[in-house]
Amino acid sequence: MPMTITEKILARAGGEATMRPGDLAVVDVETAVLMDMTFLPEGWREVLKLHDPSKVVIAFDHLVPAPTVQAATAHATGRKFAARFGIERLHDVGLDQGIAHAVVADRGYAIPGTVLVNGDSHTCAAGAFNCAARGVGGPDMLYAITMGKAWFRVGETIRYDFTGALRPGVSAKDIFLYIAGTHGAHVNQNVEYGGPGMGTLSMNGRRTLATMGAELSAEFTIFEPDDLLNDYMRQVNPLTVTHPTMPDPDCVYRERRTIDLGTLEPLVALPDAVVNNSVPVGQVEGQHIDQAFVGSCANGTLDDLAVVAHVVKGRRVAKGTRLIVTPGTQTIYLAALKAGYVETITAAGGIVTPATCGACVGGHLGAIGPDEVCLTASTRNFKGRMGDPSARIYMGSPATCAASALTGVITHPGSFFAGDVA
Amino acid sequence: MSGSNALGGKVWKFGDNINTDLMLPGPWLYRSAEEQAKAVFINNRPEFLREMQPGDVIIGGFNYGMGSSRPAARSLRNAGVGFLLAEALNGLFLRNCVNFGFRAFECPGVSTAFDEGDRAELSIDDWTATNTRTGQTLAVTPIPSMLLEMMLGGGVLPMLEAKGLIARHQAQAG
Repeated sequence: MPMTITEKILARAGGEATMRPGDLAVVDVETAVLMDMTFLPEGWREVLKLHDPSKVVIAFDHLVPAPTVQAATAHATGRKFAARFGIERLHDVGLDQGIAHAVVADRGYAIPGTVLVNGDSHTCAAGAFNCAARGVGGPDMLYAITMGKAWFRVGETIRYDFTGALRPGVSAKDIFLYIAGTHGAHVNQNVEYGGPGMGTLSMNGRRTLATMGAELSAEFTIFEPDDLLNDYMRQVNPLTVTHPTMPDPDCVYRERRTIDLGTLEPLVALPDAVVNNSVPVGQVEGQHIDQAFVGSCANGTLDDLAVVAHVVKGRRVAKGTRLIVTPGTQTIYLAALKAGYVETITAAGGIVTPATCGACVGGHLGAIGPDEVCLTASTRNFKGRMGDPSARIYMGSPATCAASALTGVITHPGSFFAGDVA
Repeated sequence: MSGSNALGGKVWKFGDNINTDLMLPGPWLYRSAEEQAKAVFINNRPEFLREMQPGDVIIGGFNYGMGSSRPAARSLRNAGVGFLLAEALNGLFLRNCVNFGFRAFECPGVSTAFDEGDRAELSIDDWTATNTRTGQTLAVTPIPSMLLEMMLGGGVLPMLEAKGLIARHQAQAG
């Protein structure tokens, strides 16, 4: 029976010949990623037996460097756990530090054709690597690391075929805002991306789009494998055996939708909800902002920092406006430093923070106050998400955020790019 | 009503796309489970916790529980919510309901069949929900037995404890 990418990966990991919508898949977990939040005392339990330490990755990300004693205690718990079971892939505060999903991307931990779980909703980020990756709960993580298994309700699949290529100044974030605005939530459904235009998207662009699958409420968000992915995996994790998984030609989709990337324009999501809430930048142009944020697992890639640096180079952030930029990992921070992006952004008046979930989750390094307005290129704009519940959070691309930081009002980024898309 | 799988309570209605940040707001993420349970809907419906009685019922719309993996289901359970019925549950939220032993099910038509303040009764034995005011009975969508067993058995942690894989809990409500 022909299967979608998701169905094929789950069937393989579950040792089943087929997997179809409605099935309960109980599968082998190839990679289990534990973030620092998992070690908070309210959720963590002392593990007595671990299934396989070589399948575990630990990345401290929400609370780094530790802003509180509680965070420091969670980190200590994680370090002790890693030492007890000999877990080698421990991404502690320092050069290895990063947002778990970005660390997974940098290091090639997400193996094409396998299952990865993490107790954070944006785990679907690893779908860029043709990996069936899903955010689960803290107890699921204890189940995964002790039993080596995870369960999933198999949903129907929506397939997106990309054609054409994005115009300058339009990014993967805008593709997401288009999909979320046009098609809304994909509850209990899988999202698969492919088509002739997919090859025009960089791995970093695919990461943005895969990460935002959580905001579509999709079960899995998975890209087809291609040469770009295969080359990337060979480069960053050459010893790993991958299982690139294409959909079967006659597989059954709930729906198949084509998007011509060349027709897309920069979009903004209005405050409080990501889905069914997108408008062209022009509709909100001139809206005052107090802060622009570019970062998170969705938009902390080197491409994102490059775009911000390109827009603000030789210019100044508007008086009274804050521009906060957070790279996804310290590896990206270092690359941005070497490329001159950190200097450019800093000289323009932006703040480049260490890699952390930080402002995206309303934590440290960029929380917003009562009645403030933020334009964010991160994952969510829910009420109260980034700070005070009276604050309003618009969501846009890194280019739109950077352009808006320069003016202090929401601004179309078109004029900063060759072939103005305005 | 009889048997451990039959429950009933007063209905609190919520709309579509109720997200986990509303049930467990960011500033409470790092507090105890007990304190978290006192912050449910504090930003959008502060009267809920003041007025609800143990066993009361939440009825939601489409994509109930969208958002993050934070243990919002634990907060609902600890706040004393009896059960939750929605047009559609977010997949990640359902996982946490199973894992924390909180009864939450999909029940197509539920958001129009109940008004605020009605009494809802749920029977897991025959997978039905009834509005005692109107007498209308709806079909509740069954979940696989492996998941139901975990949900009704108090979640995944007691199971892992019983297998000797994790230490037994010594602290408060987990």
